[in-house]
Amino acid sequence: MPDYILSTSNRMAKRHAREKRFKWYGRMAIFISIAFLVFMFSAIIFRGASAFQQTKIALDINFSEAIIDPSSSRDPELLKRANYKPIVLQSLSNVIPGITERRDRNRVYKLLSAGAVFDLGEQVAEEPNILGKSKKVWLLASSEVDLFMKGKIDPNISEDLRRLKDRDIKWIKILQSEGRIKKKFNTTLFSSGDSREPEMAGILGAAIGSFFSLLVCFLIAFPLGILTAVYLEEYAKKNFLTDFIEVNINNLAAVPSIVFGLLGLSIFLNFFNLPRSTPLVGGIVLSLMTLPTIIIASRSILRSIPQSIRDAALGLGASKTQTTFHHVVPLAMPGMLTGTILGMARALGETAPLLMIGMVAFIVDIPKGITDVATSLPVQIFLWADSPEKGFVERTSAAIIVLLAFLILMNLCAVYLRKRLERRW
Amino acid sequence: MSLPTENGLRRKNRSNQIKELVIQGVLIASSFVAILTTIGIVASLVFEAFRFFDKIPLTEFLFSLEWSPQTAIRADQVGASGKFGVIPLLAGTLLISFIAMLVATPLGLLSAVYLAEFAKAKTRDVVKPLLELLAGIPTVVYGFFAALVVAPIIRATGSGVGFDISSESALAAGLVMGIMLVPFISSLSDDVINAVPQALRDASFGMGATHEETVTKVVIPAATPGIIGSLLLAISRAIGETMIVVMAAGLAANLTLNPFEAVTTMTVQIVTLLTGDQEFDSAKTLAAFAIALFLLILTLGLNIIALRIVDKYKKKYA
Repeated sequence: MPDYILSTSNRMAKRHAREKRFKWYGRMAIFISIAFLVFMFSAIIFRGASAFQQTKIALDINFSEAIIDPSSSRDPELLKRANYKPIVLQSLSNVIPGITERRDRNRVYKLLSAGAVFDLGEQVAEEPNILGKSKKVWLLASSEVDLFMKGKIDPNISEDLRRLKDRDIKWIKILQSEGRIKKKFNTTLFSSGDSREPEMAGILGAAIGSFFSLLVCFLIAFPLGILTAVYLEEYAKKNFLTDFIEVNINNLAAVPSIVFGLLGLSIFLNFFNLPRSTPLVGGIVLSLMTLPTIIIASRSILRSIPQSIRDAALGLGASKTQTTFHHVVPLAMPGMLTGTILGMARALGETAPLLMIGMVAFIVDIPKGITDVATSLPVQIFLWADSPEKGFVERTSAAIIVLLAFLILMNLCAVYLRKRLERRW
Repeated sequence: MSLPTENGLRRKNRSNQIKELVIQGVLIASSFVAILTTIGIVASLVFEAFRFFDKIPLTEFLFSLEWSPQTAIRADQVGASGKFGVIPLLAGTLLISFIAMLVATPLGLLSAVYLAEFAKAKTRDVVKPLLELLAGIPTVVYGFFAALVVAPIIRATGSGVGFDISSESALAAGLVMGIMLVPFISSLSDDVINAVPQALRDASFGMGATHEETVTKVVIPAATPGIIGSLLLAISRAIGETMIVVMAAGLAANLTLNPFEAVTTMTVQIVTLLTGDQEFDSAKTLAAFAIALFLLILTLGLNIIALRIVDKYKKKYA
């Protein structure tokens, strides 16, 4: 074989090897990005899964009328606020032997959450005829006990380094041997607002705050976005004003979200004096943020509606407005809704602007309307992530799981709408 | 049934015309909301920033190397005024953005090139939504992940090789932010690469170039302006990103290039200055608006340049 053929084939092999390598770089890049995604999801699920269970302790509570309601008034408010501590202590010392000293009694009482007595109060207020009877009740355990039951406290490390002492663990073992301590589905997480105690904290308040914010956001951004898109696509003549509006919309889409928060703070809170920390202001700020997204998406949908539809309507004598709102907009509606849902999904995950308008406060009560103080799911995640208590780590992850579930649900809705209702021209 | 009179028709026609006008008015009014929002943003930032520059001179804000915005409890206290130099914040922001781009650029560009040029349609259908999922995750989730998972890993690795890394480091925030930016770069670059005319590729293939040579020597050079545009957009996002840095970067205004140290950013300072209860007129709270104005000018400037470049590029091959 002549020399030059050998050398070219050698070079060819090198060139092909280079191509192969290049392709591998591309695959690696994709692999790394997706591996990160998987790593992040699994880390969060791994940390958060345990928060869907909560340790509870079963005690035979003797609802003694003499202690709870000595005046026999049966007033629900009094029943709620009655002193349940001695009753609970009595039941505890029935189960766990050898608790006589005051110090021991206070210590063993700490196995239960501070919220346990509130739950008892609620229960008695709901069914007052339980007074004078005895019943087995599952009570909320404290966060430390909960962490121990979930294997997150290592009993082998030095006693000084953990808040749960050897004595507490001994008591837990006693409760365990009697089957009185168990992990049950965590209803608190889904049915209560924020709390300083991890075991009493829930995401319902934040979720409802998010819901109200999104509701306000939708009511403002959806009509405004669609009307703007219709104006720009169907009515506006090409002139300076139209160009100016377009430039504005494109620039608004690029403004960092935190700047919208400052807008809310100085205009809506300080200038218009709207109530601070409320879903009303949060929703307004979010709507201004999502408006560009909705407008841009709606415009591209309107552009895809064939001209022949408009021509046909106009030819039959419909006015411009009739053509637009009887024919073009209904045809574009599924696509516009899809764009809106995607915009709302973004708004649901938005945190920074809400911090600026004070939706970052510690709020226990569940908001009842758009003018009640509230937080939102992502802000709750931020707040819990900042809390020093160890019990909040798993709750933060659980809240993230719930938030991601909502986001995925909204995205699936958008995909479904697009598949189901959108027409191809 | 009686025929409509001429007068009646004219009246109906007139009322229809009024209806059209009213509807058009409503449409124009709603599209003015976008303009009003822009005016609101600029006005509120400029107004509050001017009040800030009344108290602190603009030159100190722009050129001072120190940032320590504590306000005094009593007026006669030592160091009552605080130091308001934006340089350390800008340096921290740029350091984190640089790290993020160091991660995001190769990952984003390589995946875009692979997806646009080499991948089968089936692979693309699976991979693209997965990458877009990265863009859909709320930043507070990234922040949590950076602070609770990535930072400890970096710290453990550091102490393993005898390096002392602070628990809040520029590296952790930058790395995670980089991953967040991958889908931005990849989807924008993907569009740009797809816009390169097939004729250029065919010519290159016709000359006997391999696919890889065509991509690196013809397609990428042709797409460079568009790719630069997409990178600038990503940088602008990195600079304005808030939650990741709030949760993972820290509060100490260190003027450093060391990625293992804690740095602070403009967005972090805005959040710390404005959350918590202070009176509204102090230099401290007003400083947040001055920073925000600076941030807005920076991100919008980058954005406008980027969109110009992309537009020009698109026109070239249109």
